Amino acid sequence: MLSPATFRPVLAGLCLLLLNLTACGSGESNVVSGNRDGILHYGNGSEPQGLDPHVVTGVPENHIIRALFEGLAVKNPKTLEPEPGVAERWEFSDEGRIITFYLNPGARWSNGEQVTASDYVWSWHRALHPETGNEYAYMLFPVVNAEAYLKGQVTDFDEVGVKALDDTTLQVTLNAPTPYFIQLMDHYSTFAVHPETLLKFGKMTDRYTPWTRVGNIVSNGAFKLKEWSLNRRIIVEKSDQYWDRDRVSLNGVVFYPTENVVSEERMFRAEQLHYTQVVPLDKIPVYRELPDTPYIQAPYLGTYYYLINTKRPPVDDVRVRKALSMSLDRDKLVRTVLQHTAVPAYSITPPNTLGYYPPKRFDFDPDQARQLLAEAGYPNGEGWPGLEILYNTQEAHRKIAVAIQQMWKSELNIDVTLSNQEWKVYLDAVTQIDFQVARRGWIGDYVDANNFLDLFITDGGNNNTHYSDPIYDDLILYRAPKAATREERYRLFTEAESMLMDEMPIIPIYTYTWKHLIHPSVEGMYPNLMDSLNLKYVRLVSDRHLPEALR
Amino acid sequence: MLRFILIRLLQALPVILVVITATFFLVRSAPGGPFDQEKVVIPEVKRALEAQYRLDLPLHEQYFAYLGDLAQGDLGPSFKYPGRSVNEILFSGLPVTAELGLYALLIALSIGVLAGVLASLRPNTVQDYIPMSLAMIGICMPSFLLEPLLVLVFGIWLDWLPITGWGDIPGDKILPSITLGAAYAAYIARLSRAGMLEILSQDYIRTARAKGLSEFRVVTKHALRGGLIPVVAFLGPAFAGLLAGSFVVETIFQIPGLGRFYVQAAFNRDYTMILGTTVFLSTLIVFFNIVSDVVAAWLNPRLRGQLGGGR
Repeated sequence: MLSPATFRPVLAGLCLLLLNLTACGSGESNVVSGNRDGILHYGNGSEPQGLDPHVVTGVPENHIIRALFEGLAVKNPKTLEPEPGVAERWEFSDEGRIITFYLNPGARWSNGEQVTASDYVWSWHRALHPETGNEYAYMLFPVVNAEAYLKGQVTDFDEVGVKALDDTTLQVTLNAPTPYFIQLMDHYSTFAVHPETLLKFGKMTDRYTPWTRVGNIVSNGAFKLKEWSLNRRIIVEKSDQYWDRDRVSLNGVVFYPTENVVSEERMFRAEQLHYTQVVPLDKIPVYRELPDTPYIQAPYLGTYYYLINTKRPPVDDVRVRKALSMSLDRDKLVRTVLQHTAVPAYSITPPNTLGYYPPKRFDFDPDQARQLLAEAGYPNGEGWPGLEILYNTQEAHRKIAVAIQQMWKSELNIDVTLSNQEWKVYLDAVTQIDFQVARRGWIGDYVDANNFLDLFITDGGNNNTHYSDPIYDDLILYRAPKAATREERYRLFTEAESMLMDEMPIIPIYTYTWKHLIHPSVEGMYPNLMDSLNLKYVRLVSDRHLPEALR
Repeated sequence: MLRFILIRLLQALPVILVVITATFFLVRSAPGGPFDQEKVVIPEVKRALEAQYRLDLPLHEQYFAYLGDLAQGDLGPSFKYPGRSVNEILFSGLPVTAELGLYALLIALSIGVLAGVLASLRPNTVQDYIPMSLAMIGICMPSFLLEPLLVLVFGIWLDWLPITGWGDIPGDKILPSITLGAAYAAYIARLSRAGMLEILSQDYIRTARAKGLSEFRVVTKHALRGGLIPVVAFLGPAFAGLLAGSFVVETIFQIPGLGRFYVQAAFNRDYTMILGTTVFLSTLIVFFNIVSDVVAAWLNPRLRGQLGGGR
């Protein structure tokens, strides 16, 4: 039956398939063709959940959505101060409680229609609607009755403080003066969507209609969606309707879901990418040594810290908490385990958060730590009941926990055990405050100390420590928002943050940094605390190459 | 034969139902849910999300609703990727993963059968030891080790082949196919060696040789058909395994296939996605097992008789 004659077509088929394996095309690298055609090849970390601004959360989503859409105001990539987006200007009145946005009459949707103030009212209605399930709805909570509407206490959206006075005038009424509110206009959860497009595919509050697909989506940003191949790439091209199109230099951007950091770095070296989302830790020392290195690192608006359950012994005693924190040699940790890719932190807010510097209430001081521990009843670690550090299963967290375990053993002579849990199990434990000490990170949504300090108000959803102090709550919730000047407000924040660090419900460990590899042909990507990129400022220059050592 | 196939298909249904039920309830018993995030979600928002995805119903109602949808071929919306249905994600990744699996299998077959047959012709000589030692190494070496080695040598040192992508740059399909196929090539080599050794000692092979046939004809015309039965039996599960097991290869080579979703769905607690991929892959495994049983029966007349099929 299996005679050579029957084999022949099978063999021919096999040969064809193998030929397909080695199919031919052009051999030019993405960087070379991209520089010529104005196409940026961008490593974006992972496949986005989706492109609906009121539905998704996450950093890769943010990069693509902010290429496709534009908010009322955008952040200047150098200073992070707000600059005009859809709104060409805005005015504060009633001591900062009312903001009037004057929309640019030239702002257009990608289908040519004008972006109007009523589009914003409709979109914020959607963002705040109880049925939408927008996880970032709280971004709009400074607006009068926004929170009440989401929680069903107010059912008429007319009572929410956002009104379209005419096509180009949007009036927003806030509960209290909110200095960072303009910044929030650059967050995708406050973006406008095109009402008619959404309604063509479903109800206003539907989460899973195909309105964001190629051919369906209507957006108002510098770029429009051209291709979306799941887990392969997303291509956006320059929009000819964008009001500031003359400033846009790129003709398009290709976003790659570069999940594997090692592969991403290899793609960069092979000139398949202009930009990587991260850099593998073990490659960083090599890149640092290069002359004209493409490696860029800068502080990031995020803090890595340990949560402490202030109701569970032995860490219910503030002296124990302080002893633990003071016996950590953060400089050494950053130098060794973290390869200088972090900045030691002694408080929760990152330094220079729009001009705010947190107080430093303690330092690495093993002698005082030992004394505090003795006062708490554990001289030289005697009688220590044990302590467990919880972290989510990941090599980087384990390394840090092991180093900290060693430091506490050698400085305080106490034994600490480590426990790791899978991500969602760990989240469950943190939410239930079912731990003694747990690893945590917080990345700011906007550049303001409030974003870090309001975590620790009584029963805050992300407090997770049982820390509660009415004076602290009063400072953060009532006194700081009413401060007349930025200096006054920062003074109140300093007061609150000092109180927090004196009680030590968290052990701050380090401030994050972001790291990218950026090809020398890319211009207009500025380092800033938010790692915020505005693609309309990016330009590609031909005839620049990677350092010889990388090729 | 037809009756045999029918019986096997009917037996498969309860197996798949058990898989669905076990997966459904196991997934739900895992701590944490699809909407748990590092930044805590407002309770009202979480309730709205659960209502949109039917998670507010009692568990048994969700189960029967799911079975109802499944009977109509609807695997539900993905939790992690709002706007995409599980069907859509599966069928966008399947062609790529199937293509990768197919190439890997072809590579595995061509290398494996060749090595196995060569080894079986001169057992316990160098011609046997070398391919079989290589096969042992192939079985032992995980793809996350083989991949960097191949990439280093062929992608970076020699600069012959692209190191990521799928169908973007010429030749980018070669390294992933080899990486994925290597372990299977090793299994196939061992299986075909064992099968061939048994057949080559049979009387009818001696007869064929006595007729004066060349060794090449003896092997290709007479011995191979019987000797490769174990390989054929292995192919069905192997192909299903290739589809389900391509996660590592797909991630490191940036291939837009199915394997990535399969593993991530579990971490994301993307309930419908976990169920969809599990149901889909278990159905495939059951199906390929039936196919390989049928092919084995077709290759082996003795088995065919025992099955009491349609003569």
